[in-house]
Amino acid sequence: MNKAKRLAALALALTLAAGAFSGCWNKDDSSSSSGSGSASGGSGKVYFLNFKPEVDGVWQTIAKEYTQKTGVQVKVTTAASGTYEEQLKSEMAKKEAPTIFQVNGPVGYASWADWCADISGSELAGHLREGVGVLGDGEKIYGIPYTVEGYGIIVNTAIMDRYFALEGAKAKSLEEINGFEKLKEVVEDMQAKKAELGIDGVFASTSLLSGEDWRWQTHLANVALAPEFDELGADMTDAKTAPEISFKYSENFKNLFDLYLDNSTIDAKLSGSKTVNDSMAEFALGKCAMVQNGNWGYSQIAGVDGNVVKESDVTFLPLYMGLPGEEDQGLAIGTENFLCVNAQASAEDQKASLDFLNWLFTSDEGRAYVKGELGFIAPFDTFTAEDAPADPLGRAVVEWQNRDGVKNTPWDFTIFPSQTFKDNFGSALLRYAQGSLTWDDLIGSVVADWKTEKANIA
Amino acid sequence: MQKTLKKARWFTIFVVPTLLAFLASFLAPFLMGIYLSFCKFTTVTNARWVGVDNYLRVFTDPGGDFVRALSFTALFTVVSVVTVNLFAFALALLLTRGLRGTNLFRTVFFMPNLIGGIVLGYIWQIIINGVLLGFGVDITFDAKYGFWGLVVLMNWQLIGYMMIIYVAGLQNVPPELIEAAEIDGASGWQTLIHVTLPNVMPSVTICTFLTLTNSFKLFDQNLALTGGAPGKQTAMLALDIYNTFYKRTGWEGVGQAKAVLFFLMVGAIAFIQLRLTRSKEVEN
Repeated sequence: MNKAKRLAALALALTLAAGAFSGCWNKDDSSSSSGSGSASGGSGKVYFLNFKPEVDGVWQTIAKEYTQKTGVQVKVTTAASGTYEEQLKSEMAKKEAPTIFQVNGPVGYASWADWCADISGSELAGHLREGVGVLGDGEKIYGIPYTVEGYGIIVNTAIMDRYFALEGAKAKSLEEINGFEKLKEVVEDMQAKKAELGIDGVFASTSLLSGEDWRWQTHLANVALAPEFDELGADMTDAKTAPEISFKYSENFKNLFDLYLDNSTIDAKLSGSKTVNDSMAEFALGKCAMVQNGNWGYSQIAGVDGNVVKESDVTFLPLYMGLPGEEDQGLAIGTENFLCVNAQASAEDQKASLDFLNWLFTSDEGRAYVKGELGFIAPFDTFTAEDAPADPLGRAVVEWQNRDGVKNTPWDFTIFPSQTFKDNFGSALLRYAQGSLTWDDLIGSVVADWKTEKANIA
Repeated sequence: MQKTLKKARWFTIFVVPTLLAFLASFLAPFLMGIYLSFCKFTTVTNARWVGVDNYLRVFTDPGGDFVRALSFTALFTVVSVVTVNLFAFALALLLTRGLRGTNLFRTVFFMPNLIGGIVLGYIWQIIINGVLLGFGVDITFDAKYGFWGLVVLMNWQLIGYMMIIYVAGLQNVPPELIEAAEIDGASGWQTLIHVTLPNVMPSVTICTFLTLTNSFKLFDQNLALTGGAPGKQTAMLALDIYNTFYKRTGWEGVGQAKAVLFFLMVGAIAFIQLRLTRSKEVEN
């Protein structure tokens, strides 16, 4: 009797333990089962750590289809928004580390250099368009961009047309707004007539909650800093370039930032609790006429419940801030997403990974996914002008890219020294918006932070 | 002999699995963490030995983040240990008086403890901002809003749990002692201080230990409620370690060094506190 009891206890304990560990086992099961048919497809495996949560589902479909077609096992894991570096750090320490991952430019490369294989000899690298920036030293290529993105001021043309039709409007069409002065004139007049226009403010709220401030401390700052980098002769492939800045065009940054704060749907002091989602929702619901964001924001606008903005009513304006030569200024177009192949993975896995990427960006099936469902503006010669993405903002980016006589601003923020620099910048902007920090002090802290954080890069 | 064998068998069944799990998921990473604090690394597998460099950088960092986080954490810990224990003890006294609905109240007060820290953080952020917006500010305006916000949140979450411990302690105070005190003409206050309190000292020990370490180690609530805003002024130690490790290029080792220092501090404080309160406990 006693023995039976003990046996029963043991059995129960084991069941419990099995239950506790079954989570881990299950995971292994699923990944090995999807590779069970791989006998025919060589020995390499692909593991991609995806950066963009909004397209996770598409990647899973692509992985499945590729496995069915070739028998090569493809695993795609997506990092939750804002946690890519964390995920990558822990995944890379594992035995089954990602074979394809991404770094966000030279600064990201500085910490992942040991893992980035030279892929200059690959077929895909040969398909890169002329003049596309890569991660590398001129000869070797360690990372290739997979999508080009653009940002500016997203405008609701339906509201603008309503304004242009008003008596005494400061402009009669969007084309007339080709510089900061005109933009300011129009915006301030619109703000004064917001009741007539049926909006709460011209600009969506300036989201300055920590973690939600990248539109200002990264994107807006980029436009103001890019000409300074040019003057400094900064090398955009080197993380340590531009060890010091003077924030020469800070006054221009302030021009536009003040315009956002003063002509917003909310009191500038309340910006500290607003998120990017809040801003995009205000735009989608027609409560404001403009919002600064990029082409990726379209899915967000379209996805808001009760969205009143028609697809044909959305377009871009450049971020005019009174910079010299702004009559030719275009959107900020570039990329911070560089795909790298893990140099520490086995040779078979590296080859399988390159084959997978090559299939995705050159084959007809792969390209259909890229332009249709991933919505990428891929910088490869296998994509023509007709392959532009379907959404209006993506199309606008391609259009600006090909417009004559326009100087689009490059994405130079890939050489910003660290996330800490950006976070500090963002919180300084918040304190400026709340009125507890003067603009001069803000410039001082940005310049000082840049120097210390740059010096920290190994 | 028979008995030791039997013991060995039960030991294998009940302790060994836990022991293995403890070794694998606690002790091994812990030792590795100490080793890594002397290294420069990106992932835990490519560490390169750099000696005490990381520890020096903790204190020479021009931002002074660690020291600021330490003083903020210390202040927060003192305030919340005092408030949590006072309120919890007062509630426990109230709910051991045989009032109507005692059980209902105990449950209600205990419930916030069942909600996760992140969720509580966001809920309180909405509540506090809702109030502050009435005055045209929000929680990111001033470090003092964040500080008191955290104190309120911590109280909300921990009072119920501590209250239950105090209730158990109070129920174990021998009624004859209280009766004797009453017969001797002691006032209610005198009874409380000289009879009840010495008898619940074991509960006080446990509760101060729990509030002290929990306040010192606070992370989720801090991350969700203020995220360190304004600037990094309300970032506590755990959040600062996290930010150092993940948000700066080349600072992983420094974050690790901060974590080791953090461990030493928590350990030392907890040890001293246990020593002090234990000495006040009475045998009955």
